[in-house]
Amino acid sequence: MSDQALIPGWEVVIGLEVHAELATATKMFSSALNQFGGQPNTNVDPVSLGLPGSLPVLNEKAVELAIRVGLALDCTIQRSVFARKNYFYPDMPKDFQISQYDLPINGVGSLELPDGRRIGIERAHLEEDTGKSTHVGGGGRIHEAGHSLIDYNRSGVPLIEIVSAPDMRCAEEARAYVSELRAILVAIGASDGKMEEGSMRVDCNVSVRREGTSELGTRCEVKNINSLRSMGRAIEYEARRQVDLLESGEKVQQQTRHWNEDDGRTHKLRSKEEAYDYRYFPEPDLVPVEPSDEWIAEIRAALPMLPRERRQRLAVAAGVEPQATALTVERGMDDLAVDTIAAGADATRVLVHVENNLADGVGELTAASFASLVAMEAGGDLTATQAKTVLADLVATGGDPAAHAASHGFEAMDTSELEALVDRLIAEHPDDWAGYVGGDDRERRRKSGFFVGQVMRATQGQADGRIVNDLLARRAAEQGG
Amino acid sequence: MSARSIAAAVRSGERSARSVVEEHLAAIDSSEGEVHAFNLVLADGALARADDLDRRIADGEDPGPLAGVPVALKDNLCTRGIDTTCGSKILEGWCPPYDATVVERLAAVGAVAIGKTNLDEFAMGSSTENSAFGPTRNPLDTSRVPGGSSGGSAAAVAAGFAPLALGSDTGGSIRQPAALCGTVGVKPTYGRVSRYGLVAFGSSLDQIGPFATSVEDAALLLEVIGGHDPLDSTSIPEASPDLLGALGRGVEGLRIGIISELMGGPDRAASVEGIADDVRARVEQAAEALAAAGATVEHASVPSTVYGLSAYYLIAPAEASSNLARFDGVRFGLRVDADTAAGMNTATRTAGFGDEVKRRIMLGTYALSTGYYDAYYGKSQKVRTLIQRDFARAYESFDLLLSPAAPTTAFPLGDKTDDPMLMYLNDVCTIPSNLAGHPSMSVPFGSGDDGLPVGVQVLAPALAEATMFRAAAVLEGAAP
Repeated sequence: MSDQALIPGWEVVIGLEVHAELATATKMFSSALNQFGGQPNTNVDPVSLGLPGSLPVLNEKAVELAIRVGLALDCTIQRSVFARKNYFYPDMPKDFQISQYDLPINGVGSLELPDGRRIGIERAHLEEDTGKSTHVGGGGRIHEAGHSLIDYNRSGVPLIEIVSAPDMRCAEEARAYVSELRAILVAIGASDGKMEEGSMRVDCNVSVRREGTSELGTRCEVKNINSLRSMGRAIEYEARRQVDLLESGEKVQQQTRHWNEDDGRTHKLRSKEEAYDYRYFPEPDLVPVEPSDEWIAEIRAALPMLPRERRQRLAVAAGVEPQATALTVERGMDDLAVDTIAAGADATRVLVHVENNLADGVGELTAASFASLVAMEAGGDLTATQAKTVLADLVATGGDPAAHAASHGFEAMDTSELEALVDRLIAEHPDDWAGYVGGDDRERRRKSGFFVGQVMRATQGQADGRIVNDLLARRAAEQGG
Repeated sequence: MSARSIAAAVRSGERSARSVVEEHLAAIDSSEGEVHAFNLVLADGALARADDLDRRIADGEDPGPLAGVPVALKDNLCTRGIDTTCGSKILEGWCPPYDATVVERLAAVGAVAIGKTNLDEFAMGSSTENSAFGPTRNPLDTSRVPGGSSGGSAAAVAAGFAPLALGSDTGGSIRQPAALCGTVGVKPTYGRVSRYGLVAFGSSLDQIGPFATSVEDAALLLEVIGGHDPLDSTSIPEASPDLLGALGRGVEGLRIGIISELMGGPDRAASVEGIADDVRARVEQAAEALAAAGATVEHASVPSTVYGLSAYYLIAPAEASSNLARFDGVRFGLRVDADTAAGMNTATRTAGFGDEVKRRIMLGTYALSTGYYDAYYGKSQKVRTLIQRDFARAYESFDLLLSPAAPTTAFPLGDKTDDPMLMYLNDVCTIPSNLAGHPSMSVPFGSGDDGLPVGVQVLAPALAEATMFRAAAVLEGAAP
């Protein structure tokens, strides 16, 4: 992907910080519920409200999920220490966030994209979420608002922050990374990965440099990205902005910038000089987290199959490259595909059906019925079009593909019947036939399309296009064409 | 009357809990006006609670080992439905929706909460003059301070307002006022008593502990409040120790060291300054009493204790600067409105915090800032490690250590308010135990030249409260 330069002469360098809410029953440091939605300020307790005297107690499940993430990303799982990140904000009840700083639970790792490229992971650490402010009046911006409302239901929800290395080179690659990361988080049950509900949030670090240079340019961090689509737009806008600055002889200032979905631009939030001094120090109310080797091994053993392992498995079963299985795995249909292939079905036809004809789900389709269907199709009992129809029946109601085929009146057309029809059409369309026999390749393809179309019309789509082509070719050969 | 005998009389039905509470309310009535030990006296609540206990006893129930015993609670301990001010305007009117673990534990053994005691604002001070609600006076001489920051609790016990009180000790806030008011005061091992519901000052140093008129009562109260609490991650996963059982065991065979660096005097160049001669004389006399009771007493060296004060005044303010950030006007307590959220934060904190609190927030913020962290916070943590190592070395040769609890007897109000450094020196003997996380206690042992009490500090290694109480009991018996 890196060869598809977005801006000629320039290379874009992207690193992503992904925050994902962990799918625990309760909050990171207390027994209040971790639940999206609900009446404001109902999932709260002294700890998540930061009341004086309250103390955090670490949720073991959050640690387990974080370790799952670490294992899935091939990170080193290590002794970690919580730290306080100090800054004032009304929706952060203690006016500090409990996070991890110099000793994160997950150290260096990597993520493999479906195309096989590896993106480095610098760390994946635990931290708590803040509450959510709603600014009333003034268009919803804090500075112009008449007043603000704060919902602390989200306060103290466990987060994992996954920091990538600056290894991505275009928006498309960043999208592939986030998609794959989301698939991993969902697969291992760590998070529901819903960007639209804010349970997964992405900040982008973007810089640019002249093609062929290796030094990193000054980066800007872009926040407020709410979908994969806006991430792509934001990266492209920001890269363009930086290149424009550099090409006009200016410098890129290190800034935190805010993506505005409406005007499609990034806007300066604060400069490096205005950045907060978070005054990190070890959280004295918590003890270091030292997961035992036994526990890590237990979590590893219970880890479900990862997307890359699913792709690999299906690729082996189907005899294709792993990349060719990406969509099937993404749709969660690889188990079905593997089982169908194992039941003897032609792998190529199985993957084609999954990719083209099962976008809306598998419904009642089973591996056995899928395999019979593919066998009928391969044996010439059903045309591709008929197979698609029967497949839709199997998805809707299950059952036996032969019965569905019979109920539609799909029967393999007798070849002699088809030969008679082809001969009649040749006789009825002598000019077209002359074009087929005497034309160049392009003309022959065009005319073959015409005759196949005529056959299909006459048979209401029940003929097999490939057989028709064979017949046409045979007749032409007989005429010495 | 001791807490133990009150509880015995109430449990046996010999005395009603109501009569006990009435007696203490009467004592409060007669001299609280002069002493000002309390921010809030819970007269109605205490009487209602006493009546409830009496009913339960009449029904044949045993409310527990503190049945009917009034306990005064430092006003930085959260009490459900009862104002908790921390001696600060910024929390005026705040009513916690939950009880601190220690408050729950007291309730579970029949104790009666009699009031919330005054303190230096957010426990920052050594004289209880930093309270937003006015100073507490020493009941033994009302021209003098009771010490601090738990001055209200110390004064309440010394004045007979309650036989027991709870305080919190971050750098000496239980032991120093106990010494100045002539009561027993204990700082337990860090993690021995749950901090859940204690409004934090310096989280890695804070520990709740008892005040009592006797070593035995202090042991009783510590037994009740100690033990593991799942709501405090730093709580030690152990049951409360048997202290009452240790009291009669004497000090025969114990090795006790007098910490040279905390004794002062002209011939001790390596010592901290400011230890008064009369205080030193009492500590030496206490050491002789322990030797007479069969202990081996020698001088001990814990060299790095002299740096304790400096390290403490970086670590505690650093943690405080973060702990006190939440007092921002958003959710509870005082709010001073302004045009912006940040403006409201500033206006609220400017109006709500006193000078000493602001000073420490600024100190701590500075110590944690980028570029200064290593030189201040980082270095002070190294000193802390050094102190822990020095103590560990000393405890290879000794079972217990001895020092003054406070450098002087109670000083006059206003004497040190203009000089923060002079005030901070009050904690020079007590701070090392907080930095090490070790238990130590102040036991009254005679008086100084001014006739005011002197406290001797007994220090012990982590979790060795039982040994510490054995020496304390001997000192109590031998006190002049």
